[in-house]
Amino acid sequence: MERRSLTAAILVHLAALLLLVVILAPVVWLFVMSISSTPDLIAKPLHWWPETVDLSRYGVLLSSAVNSAGQAFVASLFNSLKVAGMATVAALIVAIPSAWAVSRTPAVGWSLYAVIATYMLPPVALAVPLYMALSWIGLLNNVFGLALVYLTILAPFTTWLMKSGFDSIPREIESAATMDGARLDQVLRLITLPLAAPVMATAALFAFLLAWDEFFYALLFTSDQRAKTLTVAIADLAGGRVSDYGLIATAGVLAALPPLVIGLFMQRALISGLTSGGVKG
Amino acid sequence: MTSNWITTRAWFLMLPLLIVMIAVIGWPLVDTVRLSFTDAKLVGTEGSFVGLDNYAKILSGSNFQRTLITTFWFAVLSVAAEMVIGVLAALLLNQQFYGRSVLRALMILPWALPTVVNATLWRLIYNPEYGALNAALMQMGLIDAYRSWLGEPGTALASLIVADCWKNFPLVALIALAALQAVPRDITAASMVDGAGAWSRFRFVIMPYLAGPLMVALVLRTIEAFKVFDIIWVMTRGGPANSTRTLSILVYQEAFSFQRAGSGASLALIVTLLVTVLAVAYAALIRKSAGAS
Repeated sequence: MERRSLTAAILVHLAALLLLVVILAPVVWLFVMSISSTPDLIAKPLHWWPETVDLSRYGVLLSSAVNSAGQAFVASLFNSLKVAGMATVAALIVAIPSAWAVSRTPAVGWSLYAVIATYMLPPVALAVPLYMALSWIGLLNNVFGLALVYLTILAPFTTWLMKSGFDSIPREIESAATMDGARLDQVLRLITLPLAAPVMATAALFAFLLAWDEFFYALLFTSDQRAKTLTVAIADLAGGRVSDYGLIATAGVLAALPPLVIGLFMQRALISGLTSGGVKG
Repeated sequence: MTSNWITTRAWFLMLPLLIVMIAVIGWPLVDTVRLSFTDAKLVGTEGSFVGLDNYAKILSGSNFQRTLITTFWFAVLSVAAEMVIGVLAALLLNQQFYGRSVLRALMILPWALPTVVNATLWRLIYNPEYGALNAALMQMGLIDAYRSWLGEPGTALASLIVADCWKNFPLVALIALAALQAVPRDITAASMVDGAGAWSRFRFVIMPYLAGPLMVALVLRTIEAFKVFDIIWVMTRGGPANSTRTLSILVYQEAFSFQRAGSGASLALIVTLLVTVLAVAYAALIRKSAGAS
C-alpha cells in the first residue's frame, strides 16, 4: 500500500464525507418528509427535523378502509407484486432453456444477439400495436395483460444473464454425466440447474426489480385499481390534487423499501451480475 | 449425437422464447411499421394508406426538431456528468478511508430507488414553495428569493439532469470500481517508482483497465437517456412550454393523448432508427477500441 501524507488522508476523508452526504441526503429527506407533520413541512424556514413526529400517514396508506387513499395504495401494491411476480416467473421459464441452448450450441449463438438487440428497442416502438392488441383480447387494465407485456423487457434480459451464467459452468461436468448414462433431462435437473441456482436467483431479482420499476407500459395499459401498479399510483399522487407532500413521500418510502432492501442485502450478487452481464455480453 | 441433431435440439429448446418474442416484440414492431403508413386512430377507425405523409409532416415540423435537440442535450449532458462523477467516485472508493465498505454498500441506494420514486422525490425537493432546495439555498444565503426550478424553461432541463444524474452515477461508479479492483497492485507501484505523476498514472496505467467496462456503461446509459420517459413525465410532463419534452414524450402525446396512432407510429420508428444508429456506431467503436488495446 502506498504511504500517504496527512493532508492527502484528510482530503480523501473529506471527499468521502461529501460523497456520503450526496448519496444519503435525498433518501434521508424522503424519509424525514414522510414522518414530518404538515406544519413542519410548510414552515419557513423549513424544519430539517420535525418538531412533531407524525407516523399517521403510514397507517393511512396501509389501511384498507373502503374508498380511502389507503385502499387504492394497497391495491396498487398487490398489483405490482402480482405483475412483477408473474412476469419474473414467465421470463425465467422461457429464458432458462434458451440460455442453456445458446450457451452449449455455438451454431445458434447469433440468435442471442437478435434477442439482445430487442432490448435496445424503445418501448414507444411497440406501444401502439400492444395497446390495440390488449384492447382487442380484453386484457387492457388487467394484471395478466401487463405481465405479458413486461416479457418484452424481462425475457431478453434474463436470457442474457442466464447465458453468461451457463457459460461459467464447465460443460465437461455435463458430458461426464452423459457418459455415465444420464439422460439430458437428468443432467439438466440434477447437475446444471443446481449449479446455476445462484445465477438464476440473481436473474430473478433483477427481473423483479425491473418489473417493479416499470412505468411507461403501466401508465398506458392500466386505468384503475384492478391493475394500476405502484409506480402509476405514485405518479398520480405526485401529479394530482394531493397537497399533503408528506403522504406522497410516505408512498415513495413504501414503494422504495422492497428494492432498497434487496439492493443492500444482495449487493454482491447484483454487482457481479451487472458487471459480468455487461462485460461478457 | 450429430451436430445436426444438437442444433435441432437447441432450436427446440429456444422455441418458447422465440414464440414469446415474436408475439410481444416481433409482431408489434411489424405492425408499427404498417401503422406508420396510415392515418389510423388509436381507437375506432382502421385508417387508410397515406404513404410517406406522416414521415414528411414529422420531419418538416418544428416540434420534432425542437424535441430532438432537447433529447440530445438531455442525453449528452446527463451521461457525460454521470461518467465523470462516476469515475471520480470510483477512484475515491478505491482509496483507503474509514467507513469505506459502508459507503460502497450505500452506493447501491440511488440505483435501487425506483425511477418514479426518484422523480417524485426530486419534484418535492424542487417544489417552489416548500421544497428543500429553495430552503437550503436560502438558509445558506445563496439565493434571495424562492425559485420555481421546474417551472421555468431556463432551469427545468438542468434540474431534471441533476435528478437523473444522482440516480445513475452510482451505477457507473460501481462498474468502474469493479474494474479498478482488477488493476494489479504491483503495476501501479512500479509506475510510481518510475516517477509517474497522478495524471499519467491514471491515463496510462489505470485507464486501459477502465476503458472496456466504461465503454459498455456509456453505451447502455446513452441509449437509456435517449429513450427517457419516466423521470420527465413524473417531474414536468415535458413542460414548461415544452422545454423538457423529449422524443418519447412526444410519441406518447401524439399516439395516446391525441390518439393519432398512425403518425405516432412513424414518430416511434424515427426514434427507433436513431437509437439503432447510436447502438451500431457504439458497437463499431467498442470493437475498434477492443482491437486497439
